[in-house]
Amino acid sequence: MPRPYIPEIGNATPRADAAAKVTGAEKYAADYYGENLLWAGVKRAGIPHGLIRAVHTEKAKNLPGVVAVLTARDVPGTNRQGIVHKDQPVLADSKVRHCGDAVALVLAEDKDTLRNAVSLIEIDFEPLPGIFGIDDALQPDAPAVHEEHKGGNVLLQATIAAGNVKETLPECAVVLEENFTVPFQAHAFIETENGIAWQEPSGNIVMVVSTQAPFRDRFEIGHALGIPINNIRIIGPYLGGGFGGKDGATVQCLLALAAMHAGGRRVKMWWNREENFVAGYKRHAARLHYRLGAKTDGTLEALHCRLYYDTGAYAHLGGEVMALGMEHAGGPYRIPHTLIEGWCLYTNNPVAGAMRGFGVAQVSFAFERMMDLLAAKLNIDPIELRIKNALQRGDKNCAGVVLTQSTGIAACLEEIKKHPLWQDRAAWKSQAQSFKKRGVGLAAVFNAMGYGRGLPDSAIAKVELTENGHIRVYNGVSDMGQGNATAFFQIAGQILCQENTAIELVQPDTARTFPSGSASASRTTYTYGNALIKACEDLRQKLIGRAALVLFADTTQDLELLPGRIKHLISGREIPLKQLAAMMSEQDRISISQFIMPVVRGVPDTGKEFVIGFPHLLFSHAAHLACVEVDELTGAVEIRKYLAATEAGRVLNPQSFEQQIHGSIAQGIGYALCEQVLLTEGNILNPDFATYIIPTSCDIPEMISLPVEAYEPSGPYGMKGVGEVGTNGPLPAIANAVADACGINPTRSPLTAEYLLHSIKQKESTAGKGHS
Amino acid sequence: MKITFVLNGIKKEIDAAPDRRVVDILREDLGLTGTKEGCGAGECGACTILVGDEPRLSCLMLAAQLEGLNITTVEGLSKDGELHTLQQAFAGSGAVQCGFCTPGMLMTALAFLKKNPHPDRAAIREALSGNLCRCTGYQKIIDAVETAARTLSGKENS
Repeated sequence: MPRPYIPEIGNATPRADAAAKVTGAEKYAADYYGENLLWAGVKRAGIPHGLIRAVHTEKAKNLPGVVAVLTARDVPGTNRQGIVHKDQPVLADSKVRHCGDAVALVLAEDKDTLRNAVSLIEIDFEPLPGIFGIDDALQPDAPAVHEEHKGGNVLLQATIAAGNVKETLPECAVVLEENFTVPFQAHAFIETENGIAWQEPSGNIVMVVSTQAPFRDRFEIGHALGIPINNIRIIGPYLGGGFGGKDGATVQCLLALAAMHAGGRRVKMWWNREENFVAGYKRHAARLHYRLGAKTDGTLEALHCRLYYDTGAYAHLGGEVMALGMEHAGGPYRIPHTLIEGWCLYTNNPVAGAMRGFGVAQVSFAFERMMDLLAAKLNIDPIELRIKNALQRGDKNCAGVVLTQSTGIAACLEEIKKHPLWQDRAAWKSQAQSFKKRGVGLAAVFNAMGYGRGLPDSAIAKVELTENGHIRVYNGVSDMGQGNATAFFQIAGQILCQENTAIELVQPDTARTFPSGSASASRTTYTYGNALIKACEDLRQKLIGRAALVLFADTTQDLELLPGRIKHLISGREIPLKQLAAMMSEQDRISISQFIMPVVRGVPDTGKEFVIGFPHLLFSHAAHLACVEVDELTGAVEIRKYLAATEAGRVLNPQSFEQQIHGSIAQGIGYALCEQVLLTEGNILNPDFATYIIPTSCDIPEMISLPVEAYEPSGPYGMKGVGEVGTNGPLPAIANAVADACGINPTRSPLTAEYLLHSIKQKESTAGKGHS
Repeated sequence: MKITFVLNGIKKEIDAAPDRRVVDILREDLGLTGTKEGCGAGECGACTILVGDEPRLSCLMLAAQLEGLNITTVEGLSKDGELHTLQQAFAGSGAVQCGFCTPGMLMTALAFLKKNPHPDRAAIREALSGNLCRCTGYQKIIDAVETAARTLSGKENS
């Protein structure tokens, strides 16, 4: 076995979870079974919009091995779930609003019986006309997806304004206008939505579930099913991927309801891949209309955007996703005059919600294409144009907020500018073979971290000296693969000076850990880490103070906490931590500390429509460079080289940092080149990995990650979150590279071979007619 | 039906319906949950096991096919608490994030290295292209397989 080491900040400490994951020993929610297990599953609507006339469950109920078949009538509480708006039924009652709506819940003795029973349920519908996109939703006489919603199909309309766009934009020397569209994207985590639950003799519900928000899940279940939240215990092991798709109720309310009808037996629900596509959350499809005005020297003057987000059948976090998109709509640039209007729209499409790059991945495509269009129009080097306009600390961003914290976008761009891939790009492009065109594209992107104003971004850390002298960290914020647990391991090691083998990590469990918010918003290490630093420092002081009594030290200055012991440096006397633990009460061996993230002071007088999540104090930044080769005969794009310079404060663990950069680039490349949920009247045409293509090992190039460190004073050891910013770069960088290669203007994604070939042919035919 | 096969070096005799999926036998009947399921349709590779030295998808294999076979799952890689070279390389190179694809990746990589002990990166990419990973962007997985190949060939030479 490898030698023990003290995990420290700044080192490429191997992940604390790696050994258990490579041996297959780590238990994900999906790996929980149990004696006498029941299986639960759902009959889904299968149609996008319709009134429910009747649900015929008799045949299913009569099937041997079926324990229960439940419908909306069996739901004891409000039967409504949703993070901000409670508009989503657990089991649809009067109507269905998308194909994935759950209508009946079945409990059966085994998986085969479950499948058969679900297929025996028949639903009588009165079909309703559907809303299948942004244009449908905006029609004044459109049928309502939610009749009771006052705004019709507009979930949220909001405006962010600064300066005076109406007067300045028409006066700008150059004004460019363009429309962009992006499709729904699927999270495609490998562990699909699942959990296992049971009811204890006390009536309490216990659930082990693949979730990004264990503490919020209790409120969702409690509200929907009428259960006091203290009667619900959620255990959230490591997730097999999340990316936002497990932030919000998936199986939770259904499973709790099933457990209430299982007579104390364990009930397992595990969505299959098709169900994950049909019923799981998505990244919002969007249409983005941009008008950008600048001076002839490239100085940005004014921006007017109209952004439309398709949130699907239920609100989920749609309004908040749009708010973040709007807050980033101007890019990481100084634009004195902005008018950013947003519409978040209900449709009968799949439900859209949180996904890595939360609303920002969409607008990044638009603002970075606009920057390249402007650079071309003014004949300015695209990197110089970006550097010239890059936000600096003290500037106001496009939401009118003064940036008071670390702002490293210019530094990221400078890093790219001096790199050989940028410096030598002309030579590289000229080496393209026959029928190939090469191009190099840039993107400057940013991503807020934390919840933003209106919702305290808080975490509560608990750390314990165990009876056997180990340090145990009670982590309350899920690790879906991003590695926050490893950062906590490093923080505990750094402050308490213990070896890796003496540090234990407890994963989220509402009965053992404390509310620490969701694994989202690039916040986990920042917020929980800050709380943990304080808890570990408190524990350190406490242990040294208690040891002073035993070691007859008249000042704690002479005591040092060392691996496994505390030493009195004058006398050389030591007390092992195990012995010290035995002398302390259980209560005394614990330290608990809360941290609440700071917020923007002096909120701008705009964006008043946002309930929560606006504006943000902290942003991470990145500049990406893509070198692509386009096949002129097929339109296919190959990414030959990829470079990312990222500023996310200080780097606590270079390995974990690079993991986040690589992974977010790969998801961004999928978004750029091949991923789109194909819909016909609300039905998904590609609900599997044979037809919804995510990148394989042959599709992702070798990536170079350059950390551009800054010190963020509010962060733990100076760090900021790095989980999302990288997702926003690939689509614009690759689109700009393709534009550079072929002289076309990509305005929609993904950049499939068909789309690019069509664009190339169109350009050729236009050129052939003598137009430029 | 009664089925006899070798699992991680140990002879097993089980009683299972002939059409029961091997992934279910491993996970539900034998408690070997290291083998994961990500799609149930042979598209993601998470359920990869070794049949002899060949990688196979256990979600597409049925119980009756197990008769007389020699099966290795991720649980069979480490010996006496010592991680296999490939497992060490995955952990050390940062090839593991959420880890749900990891067992399948390991089994595919192991089969590949047995046939190709000195691969270049392009060959590794090709070999792993049937195993989907949504977290890593694959680069550190390629690094890990390359590192393991070097370590393993070093062991052979010494």
